[in-house]
Amino acid sequence: MMITIEDLTKRYSSVTALHELSFELQPGIVGLVGANGAGKSTLIKILLGLLPATSGRASVLGLDVATEGPRIRQQVGYMPEHDCLPPDVSATEFVLHLARMSGLPMSAARERTADTLRHVGLYEERYRAIGGYSTGMKQRVKLAQALVHDPGMLLLDEPTNGLDPAGRDQMLALLRRIGTDFGIPMLVTSHLLGELEQICDHVVVVDAGRLLRSSSTADVTSASRILSIEVNERTDELVALLRSAGLTVHPAGRQLEVELIDDSTYDVVRDGVVQLGLGLFRLERRRHRMSEIFRADPTLDTGERSSDVPAR
Amino acid sequence: MSQPAEHGVIHDIGFRHYTGPRLGRGYLLRSLYAESLRGAYGLGRSGKSKVMPFLLLTTITFPALIIAVVAIVTKADELPVAYTSYPMFAGLAISIFVAAQAPALVSRDLRFKVMPLYLSRPLTRNDYVLAKVGALISALFILIAVPQTVLYVGALLAKLPFWAQTRGYLSSLVTAALLAAVLGGIGLLIASITPKRGFGVAAVITVLLLLSAIAGALQAITLDKGKPELAGYLGGIDPGNLVDGVQVWLFNAEPASQIGPPGTLGGVVFLVLTFVVIFGCYGLLLLRYRKVSAS
Repeated sequence: MMITIEDLTKRYSSVTALHELSFELQPGIVGLVGANGAGKSTLIKILLGLLPATSGRASVLGLDVATEGPRIRQQVGYMPEHDCLPPDVSATEFVLHLARMSGLPMSAARERTADTLRHVGLYEERYRAIGGYSTGMKQRVKLAQALVHDPGMLLLDEPTNGLDPAGRDQMLALLRRIGTDFGIPMLVTSHLLGELEQICDHVVVVDAGRLLRSSSTADVTSASRILSIEVNERTDELVALLRSAGLTVHPAGRQLEVELIDDSTYDVVRDGVVQLGLGLFRLERRRHRMSEIFRADPTLDTGERSSDVPAR
Repeated sequence: MSQPAEHGVIHDIGFRHYTGPRLGRGYLLRSLYAESLRGAYGLGRSGKSKVMPFLLLTTITFPALIIAVVAIVTKADELPVAYTSYPMFAGLAISIFVAAQAPALVSRDLRFKVMPLYLSRPLTRNDYVLAKVGALISALFILIAVPQTVLYVGALLAKLPFWAQTRGYLSSLVTAALLAAVLGGIGLLIASITPKRGFGVAAVITVLLLLSAIAGALQAITLDKGKPELAGYLGGIDPGNLVDGVQVWLFNAEPASQIGPPGTLGGVVFLVLTFVVIFGCYGLLLLRYRKVSAS
C-alpha cells in the first residue's frame, strides 16, 4: 500500500482542515483533487510527518507518519506548491546541494543531478542562475530536486500551477513518464479537475476536508460524447458558425464543447475553422471530466465547484 | 554519418535507480555547514555575491600585510600593533561583514521559501540552526584570523622572539573565536527575523553600531563623573568591547575602549556574559526556527 489513511482529522483552532478522511492507495499515479483550501496541502504535510494529525492514523510506504517521519522524509520526494528556489544559484548547484541534503555522497549526487536535470528537460541552461528561468523551467527544477535521490514515492503539490497550456501538457507528460517508465509512484494534487484524468490511475477527490470519492480513473472518465475545441482567436465567430450548422455548442473558458452527433461533426468543425482562417489548437473527444463526478452525485451542492477553469 | 558508431553516439540510458548509501543526519549537517560556509564568501553563488565578502577580507588583511612588511624591513623589535588589538582596530569591517553575510545565510532561505525543501528531508530544524550558526562563526573566524596570521608570519620572518609571538598569536585566536561566536550569534538572530535581505543588513549594522555608540557615550559620561568601575562594566554593552574585556583580563591586552572591566571580578563577569550572549542567541534562534513554516 502506498498510502493508508484512517479517520484522519486535522483541526486548527477554528478551522477543520481534514475531517475523518479514510482511504487506501495502491502504488501508481494518484491524483488528489480539490478546490483551493480543500485540505490538500495539509494532507501532504501530515504525510511528510511535518504536521501532527489531531486524530486518526496515516502511513506512507508502510511507515507511520506519527512516529517514523524522518524515515518517510528520507524515502519520499516532495515538490511544494509555491516558489522555493533561490535566484542566485544555478540549477546544477541547487539540485546538487539538495541531493546531498537527501544523503547522497558527493560523487553520486553529482552524477544523479546531471541525470535528473536531463530527464526533466533542462540542458545548457542548467548552468545559469535560476533567477533568469521561466516558470516552466522553475517547475522542472522543483521536480528535479524531488526526484534526484530516487525516492520511493513522490508527493507533488500542484506541479502544473502557473504553467500555460503547452507547459502544462509537457509537465503532465513528464509526470506520466516518471510514473510509468521510471516506476516511481506519486501523489499529485491539483485544483484543475480536468487535467489529472489524463495521467492518473486513481483519483481522490476532497472538498472542505471531506472525502468525496476515491476511485480509479477508468471508472469515471470513459469517453463522452463531447468534443473539445480550442482555437487561437475569434472564438465567438466560430460559436456562431457551428450553431448555424445545427450543432450544440457550450463555451467553456478558452475551449468550446460541442456535442458529438456522428463523425460528420468533425468535418463541420474542420470546415468552420478553415472558413474563418483560425488556428486550431485542440480537437479531441473528451473523456468525462472529473467535475462531472460532482454533478453525478445528487447529494452535493455543485454550484461553486463545477468549473475546471483555472482561477487566474 | 561519416564517423564510425563508437564516436559521439549518445545512448539514452533511461532512468537509473539509486542503490548506493543514503547517509544520515550527521552528513546532512556537515553538507549544509559546508555549503553555508562557502555561501558566506559567495562561493557557488553568483559573481556579485563574492564581491562584498572578498572586498572586506582584503580590506581587513591589507593593513596587517603592510605592518608585517614594515616590521620585516625595519627590523623592528616588536610589532607596532598587538595581535589582540587588531580585531578591535578592524571592528567596523567585521561588523559590516556580519551585517552583509548573516542575511545571505538565513534571510535568503526564508525569503525564497527554501525551508520546506530542507524540512521535507531528514534534516531537523535544530540541525539547520546549528549548521548556519557554525557556518557564520567559521566565516567570521576566518575573517578575523587571516590578518592575525599574516601578522604572525610577518613577526616570525622579522625574527621576533618566537615564544612571545606564538603566545600572543594563540591568545588572539581565542579572542577571534569568541568574537566570531558573539557577533555571529547576534547577526543571525537579527537576520532570521526578516525574510527581506535589505532589512536584515540594515538591522544588523544599526544594532551593532548603536550598541557601540551607547557603550562609548555611557563610558565617557561615567568616567567624567569619576566612576571608572561602572564605566568599565558599561563598556560591555558593545559586543566587541565585551570580548575585548575578556582578553584584557585573560591576556593582559590593552583595552580597546576607554577603560576595561575592573579587576578579576570584572573579567569573570565579562567572560560569563560572553557565553550568555553566545548561548542565548543560539537558544533564541532555535526558538525562532520552531515557528518557521514547513510549507
